Amino acid sequence: MNRILAALLAGALFGVGLVIGGMTDPDVVLGFLDVAGEWNPTLLCVMLGATGTTAIAFRFVLRRDRPVFDADFHLPTYTLVDRDLVVGAVVFGVGWGLAGYCPAPVLVGAAGGAWTAWVFVPAMLLGAVLQRAVLKRRAVSPA
Amino acid sequence: MASWQAGLLGGVLIGIAATLLLLLNGRIAGVSGITFNAALQRNPRGESAWRWAFLAGLMIAGGIAMRATGQVALSPAPFAVVAVAGLLVGYGTRLGGGCTSGHGVCGIGRMSKRSLVATVLFVASGMATVFVLRHVAGAA
Repeated sequence: MNRILAALLAGALFGVGLVIGGMTDPDVVLGFLDVAGEWNPTLLCVMLGATGTTAIAFRFVLRRDRPVFDADFHLPTYTLVDRDLVVGAVVFGVGWGLAGYCPAPVLVGAAGGAWTAWVFVPAMLLGAVLQRAVLKRRAVSPA
Repeated sequence: MASWQAGLLGGVLIGIAATLLLLLNGRIAGVSGITFNAALQRNPRGESAWRWAFLAGLMIAGGIAMRATGQVALSPAPFAVVAVAGLLVGYGTRLGGGCTSGHGVCGIGRMSKRSLVATVLFVASGMATVFVLRHVAGAA
């Protein structure tokens, strides 16, 4: 129960932060990506605020033996910069630049009633399903 | 409040949210991973519950905040482009193992080299895409 309430609280704070920071407005996001136009630095401020906070706070948190409500920290263990990471990040960036949506803000947009988010979210889930299907094929017949 | 101040405040709240999830549950607040794991994977019961709770908190509180501040903004892209963009974001975040929250906010906070590379790449590729759309193809 504690874990569920903790996740609910973290999600709520995350969602409110996105709205206050202006990240749920695709025009603000695209304005940041448009370096050759009227550049909007808001997203840079959000990233600085967020990574500044995590860069300091995570150090203290990860000094603990374990998290409060679990026996271990669940951190990614894979450290290699490989082709999948590079291709995936570039493909994600193209989609991000086309619509001004990434996964967290678009979920908030869908809940708040932005109809373009209702187009984007099912397409995003379909994209993830496609990726999984390709992954399975690759596992069966290595190239 | 100027937009850069609001951005900074919003960012700090996001950072605190990610810190809480790590401190309390030992989990990374990567929204693409949480979403796809909850919606598309078969997990043991307890493994799904916290993910759905995070998403419920994100959507309910975020949706209310969006309504309260009167900023239900739409994507300026046409319908078909929004759909293609969604496909690419879903495919790319799964292949690359994260999005702006997992790689950007949490990965950089952990000083992960993979996340730093991913963040630089998706910001650069997003900028290149907007450049081509607006300044080469002449879209709005």
